[in-house]
Amino acid sequence: MKGYRRYFLNKLGWFAITFVFAFILNFMLPRMMPGDPVAAIVARQAQGISNPTGVQAIYEQYTELFGTNKPMIEQFFIYVRNVLQGDFGFSFSQYPRTVADVLAASIWWTLMLQLPAILVGWILGNLLGALAAYLRGGFDKVLMPSALFVSSFPAFGMAVILLVIFAVNLKWFPTSGGYGYNLIPSFTPAFIWSVFVHYQLPFWSIVLIAIGGQAIGMRSMSIYELNADYVKFSRFMGIKDGRIVAYVFRNAMLPQVTGLALSLGTMVGGALVAEIIFSYPGLGTTLLNGVMGQDYPLISASTLIITFMVLTATFVLEILYGVIDPRIKATQSD
Amino acid sequence: MKHTISQIFRSGKFLVGFTILMTVLAIVIIYPLIVRQPPLQIIGQGTFFPPGIYVSIYDAINAPTIYTLNLSDAAANRIENRLSQDDRVAMKEWLVAYGVSEAEIDIEDTRQLLALWEANYNPDLRLPGMTFARQRYFQRVNAAINGLLSTEGAIIAVRNPETGQLEEKSVVKQSDFANVGQVANVKWLLLGTDNFGRDVMTQLVAATAVSLLIGLVAGLIATTIGLVLGLMAGYIGGIVDDVIMFITNLFTVIPTFVLLILISFSIGQDQRGAITIAIVIGFTSWVWTARAVRSQVFSLRNRDHVNLSKLSGHSLLRIIFSDILPYIASYVVMAFILQVSSGILAEAGLSILGLGPRTTETPTLGLMMNWAMIYQAHILGNWWAYLPVLLTIALISFSMNLMNTGLDQVFNPALRD
Repeated sequence: MKGYRRYFLNKLGWFAITFVFAFILNFMLPRMMPGDPVAAIVARQAQGISNPTGVQAIYEQYTELFGTNKPMIEQFFIYVRNVLQGDFGFSFSQYPRTVADVLAASIWWTLMLQLPAILVGWILGNLLGALAAYLRGGFDKVLMPSALFVSSFPAFGMAVILLVIFAVNLKWFPTSGGYGYNLIPSFTPAFIWSVFVHYQLPFWSIVLIAIGGQAIGMRSMSIYELNADYVKFSRFMGIKDGRIVAYVFRNAMLPQVTGLALSLGTMVGGALVAEIIFSYPGLGTTLLNGVMGQDYPLISASTLIITFMVLTATFVLEILYGVIDPRIKATQSD
Repeated sequence: MKHTISQIFRSGKFLVGFTILMTVLAIVIIYPLIVRQPPLQIIGQGTFFPPGIYVSIYDAINAPTIYTLNLSDAAANRIENRLSQDDRVAMKEWLVAYGVSEAEIDIEDTRQLLALWEANYNPDLRLPGMTFARQRYFQRVNAAINGLLSTEGAIIAVRNPETGQLEEKSVVKQSDFANVGQVANVKWLLLGTDNFGRDVMTQLVAATAVSLLIGLVAGLIATTIGLVLGLMAGYIGGIVDDVIMFITNLFTVIPTFVLLILISFSIGQDQRGAITIAIVIGFTSWVWTARAVRSQVFSLRNRDHVNLSKLSGHSLLRIIFSDILPYIASYVVMAFILQVSSGILAEAGLSILGLGPRTTETPTLGLMMNWAMIYQAHILGNWWAYLPVLLTIALISFSMNLMNTGLDQVFNPALRD
């Protein structure tokens, strides 16, 4: 148990350091951009105002509001304090809503969509990959190129194709949104059904992309393991095939868990863009609105939340990995 | 070296991927030599013209030779083409009201429908329950159908400048044909036009070239950074390794996509050219290469031949170039191919978010996708505006993945079938 605790603390430390670093990057990057962001905002706000004193007054009001007249370090600590209190300021494009308000409305949609989709895609992909490695032959010959082709599609591409086939042509599912535009969120059967129907296409588009990538990885891992000496040895010992497959599967699975942790960021990025295609009311669409409306606070807060979610998921995976893989405990205790 | 290359080209997967990529490259190079037209020139007045061959009507009438072809099915084809769906439905409605059984009427079968109409329709008959307005409506439908059936030609007239009267210039008979080769202006719009009225095919070729360039630049930058950092961390080790690994670990977990969004947004719309985007992508995606190179170098640096080199007093650069690089070259090439394809995908993703290169000069695959999505080409059923773009992205990325799998099988004998 001591070994595992060390592993846990080590990972926790890394999680904290990475998060602090990501936080600083999130704060610094936009402030490093050339030119004065406030001036740009004022120029847009003051379009048509010819009175220079008026423009100056608007400018000063904004610098005061954003605190850009204070030194950078002070701004940073104000930012930290505000974020800790859940205060991300006002959204420019959806004023007078606060950023926290906008995000609170969208974050659950993203979580409920992406978490299950990535997990299901990962599990299905691994099963198919292992099966392809074990069966080889025709199954492998069909599965591999198609998995490779599917995973070559960008996530939004799969989203568009599913949308066109199942929503526009077959009309089985709605084309956009998280629920019917004529409904008010509530726990009525009609609303839940509407959410369920709207959920399908975004969900499967993410799952399909994940299956492709994972199946390819799992197949090569399994082939690697199937050729390993312990497999031959077990065969000589006369151990049943099913038993050997279980060993192989377990050993090939381990790198796949790490693989998931490492590719999570890319997957979430792709899924966010897929959300946009379906106008799903999650963080992806919120980000797009932020970009369209040049809404700085909204973008910054969204990226921070996304980073936090990805980091947390990675952390949880690594903790689980420590439990599954006995070698971790062994290496940490000596 | 020669042996390795011949072995690579014997791998089926690599060969297929390589052929696809080279075909795409060839099209990108040859097409602009044939079609000399700026890719973003607006030629169509209106949005989303469907793919096809566009023939100038004016020039067709004025073609040097008018040919007469007496085709037996010409009239039928003409009516088939011009009898609108509304008219067909109206005809059926009258016929059913008149007493023809519904099962007998197939509105898609023009010939049979017209025959039924000819046999049964009587403009003076007022069916029970039918309003006078409705009766007049069917009379108009009938007139339209009779117009379609007329065998007279269309008259071309010019206005007499003195009297202002129209004077007949010539008659275009129904059996008149012009040879497309003799018509002065024929435009092939293989993939129609987009939402701004621009030729999609020309745009797609230019966009593919730019996207490949973006991928190449991003891949080169990422591979160079990754290779240098990986070599330093792996070969020098110690504190250098610790620092580099610290940075690498940080950037592995911070989602690249988020970094890309933040940096692209910070650069601002005006500064974002295609190459700027490529550089940003390159600088955010070196992590994988660095990790892979480091672990490879780590296992190499205590091999006998490296130690021998060290003992012989060879310089650091010489050891790296002649004793280490040849051993990791295959990994670096594979990583580079992956970087190029993921660079193209990253640009597409950014562009969909509206953070792609600025739009005035050059199209990219992502931008074309972005325009198509904004103008809802996918909802309106204008497949030519987005599907070719998607397929091109998928094809490029697929060919590179295939090449990589092929290379993997050559270099990792354990994976061979």
